[in-house]
Amino acid sequence: MSAGGARPSGPPRDDPPRDGPALDGPALDGSAPTRAGTSTLGGLTGSVRPTPLTRANPLATLLGGLVIAVALLLTVDVVSAGVALLLELCLLPLAGLAPRALLVRLLPVLLASVPAGLVTTVIGRDSGEVLLGAGPLTVTEGSLGLGVAITLRVLAVGVPGLVLLVATDPTDLADGLAQRLHLPHRFVLGGLAGLRLVGLLVVEWRTLVLARRARGLGDARGPLAGTRVVAGQVLALLVIALRRATRLALAMEARGFGVPGAGRTWARTSSLAPRDAGVVAVCAGVAGLATAAALVAGTWAPVVG
Amino acid sequence: MLARGWSWRHGGRRAQAVSGLDLAVEPAERVLLLGPSGAGKSTLLAGLVGVLPDAGGDADEGEAQGELLVGGAPAGARRGRAGLVLQDPESQVVLARVGDDVAFGPENLEVPREEIWPRVRAALDAVGLDVPLDHPTAALSGGQKQRLALAGVLAMRPGLVLLDEPTANLDPAGVTEVRDAVVRALDATGATLVVVEHRVAVWADVVDRVVVLGAPGDGPAVVADGPPDQVLAAHGDELAARGVWVPPRYRTRPLVPGWRPPAPGEELLAARSLACARPGGPVAVRSADLVLPAASCTALTGANGAGKTTLALTVAGLLEPVGGAVVASGALADGLGPSPWRWRSRDLLRRVGTVFQDPEHQLVAATVADELAHGPRLLGRPEEEVRRRTEELLERLRLTALARAHPFTLSGGEKRRLSVATALATGPRAVVLDEPTFGQDARTWAELVELLRELVAGGAALLAVTHDADLVDALGARTHHLEPPDPAVPLAPRADTPPPWRLARRWGRR
Repeated sequence: MSAGGARPSGPPRDDPPRDGPALDGPALDGSAPTRAGTSTLGGLTGSVRPTPLTRANPLATLLGGLVIAVALLLTVDVVSAGVALLLELCLLPLAGLAPRALLVRLLPVLLASVPAGLVTTVIGRDSGEVLLGAGPLTVTEGSLGLGVAITLRVLAVGVPGLVLLVATDPTDLADGLAQRLHLPHRFVLGGLAGLRLVGLLVVEWRTLVLARRARGLGDARGPLAGTRVVAGQVLALLVIALRRATRLALAMEARGFGVPGAGRTWARTSSLAPRDAGVVAVCAGVAGLATAAALVAGTWAPVVG
Repeated sequence: MLARGWSWRHGGRRAQAVSGLDLAVEPAERVLLLGPSGAGKSTLLAGLVGVLPDAGGDADEGEAQGELLVGGAPAGARRGRAGLVLQDPESQVVLARVGDDVAFGPENLEVPREEIWPRVRAALDAVGLDVPLDHPTAALSGGQKQRLALAGVLAMRPGLVLLDEPTANLDPAGVTEVRDAVVRALDATGATLVVVEHRVAVWADVVDRVVVLGAPGDGPAVVADGPPDQVLAAHGDELAARGVWVPPRYRTRPLVPGWRPPAPGEELLAARSLACARPGGPVAVRSADLVLPAASCTALTGANGAGKTTLALTVAGLLEPVGGAVVASGALADGLGPSPWRWRSRDLLRRVGTVFQDPEHQLVAATVADELAHGPRLLGRPEEEVRRRTEELLERLRLTALARAHPFTLSGGEKRRLSVATALATGPRAVVLDEPTFGQDARTWAELVELLRELVAGGAALLAVTHDADLVDALGARTHHLEPPDPAVPLAPRADTPPPWRLARRWGRR
């Protein structure tokens, strides 16, 4: 670790400083209070307040999220999912997002959890007393329990998943993958650069929709006509995306990228700090407590076997 | 740099892109490279930066003859001695943060870490990009992105800086911004410059030499070579005829003849206290009043971010107004309601045509001819008439030879002419154009002007979003200057009641 080295991307994320370059002058951006919208997915993550979680190495957050997901996908029961969700809600402030922004980002999970549970309630494995019934579609005590468990489970896996995604900076993740896990840097950096194009494609798609309307193709009614128009639009988007990607590849090559066999230095270091172990430990704790509670309550029911 | 009998043939092509080029550029020289499109200017730059496959390599990718040396060694032997900035600002940004992006080149050249950050800061200083190192690259303007690309090149400490139409996609402020940054960076580093650019006026004062390439296989590879004044004075008219933007003092003929615009007719389309926004986006224009009379052209000007495109697309009936109204006169609506937004897509064809900034967005067919026939066919015109109209337009726009070609394979200028023609094929009485002359060479520009003049003379109402003062002059357009949205201006209520299922969306925007 270079003494007093402030990471060029600003003190807020370096407190305490990560292994960074020794700068021979003051950082240019000494007072940036937040990491504002640096995500390559432009605007998807918005402004993130630094917390121990957002400052952690993305590899740690990735591992933590995986631990929780695996633990909860091993079993279908109300207790483990409920306990995990409760603990996660207590940890939500670590996401570094304002409540409103957080809610907006969690909306997809919230919306997905309810129908998932409802469907399970109606067509899930029946057991116990019949509460409601119409032909083959019945709601029983057993299927109702399953439905609640599924809803809680989608939430318990989805909430940390989204929060960790928001807290993860793609550039830092790529640094971690290439420098720590030693994945080939050409693929990692190529993927990272490509990810930036995804945000641009969203804008392109919207313009294509307007352009189709201007060309008289906006009235397509019925599945067949609609499919044809959308297919043409997808094709146009693919061509435009390919053009962009080719030009980007040329620009990257012109800057010395992708020479076969050539080495590479890294301006940023992906380092692991005690904090990163902490993130994994907390996630493992959530998974462990949830599993233990289910075992104690006797509701732990493995999906496989 | 030194080229000795250098030729290059792209894989799969029979003709050479560059043929037998002999050219020497001394260290610290500043050279403007001109020539007709297809003269191999971009190929030469790509060769110099070393991204063309090596001579004697895989013949599928291309084939080189002769020698191309940078600093005495074959180009491409060692990357990083020449740096290249391309035309499109969007596709040159590699990483999400400004500092990381500039560091990308040095990283690839295996520069030690402690040396990278001083280089990054020096490069950003040299181009005058005064933003924090963790500033998101997505938040930069087009001119800033080009300066960022230049900084990324400078951080590699190249002896040779190559620019391939670096300002073609920028507004006038961005052009000056980038040109000045280049000059300052060259003064600071003493690097050699080779710039390819149609707009001669931008660079004529800062280069010490102009080299004109000829079309390959047609006479010598280098047509003219010398100080800017001398070359332009001797070849001004010839260069202009080939599409180079030669400053007026070096030309004897104007690009387009003089023209007297007709007297404006009745009002066809108007915006009244119009507020507009992209779907789900912030309000881009809060209150615009605009009248488009028949037989007239209105130019919509304003800084980047003033909402010009959003306003134009709303007036064209493609975006839903957020407040106020777009009102079509009875003559234009021809039996439909006054709100173009409510018209069916097919009804727009005959009434309001739109030309998008990027022609590729509005191309929908597999051949150039089908592209032109698309609109008339949708309107159910008889096939005989469709064919006649298509042939007429192909002829008019010099696209007859390309009738069977796929639209995406056309050159930039050809695509632009085609996209304008597709909007005109159905004879709309109002035409909305978004930066129609952006990045076009002088020849295509003159053709577009002639075409738009004909439209106006024929009684159409034109609205053109443009930064191009020459275009405004040539069309005798009235200008409407748009200021960035001022939150203090109240939004007018919508004149037409939106259907109830849209209320939720409007509320979301408040």
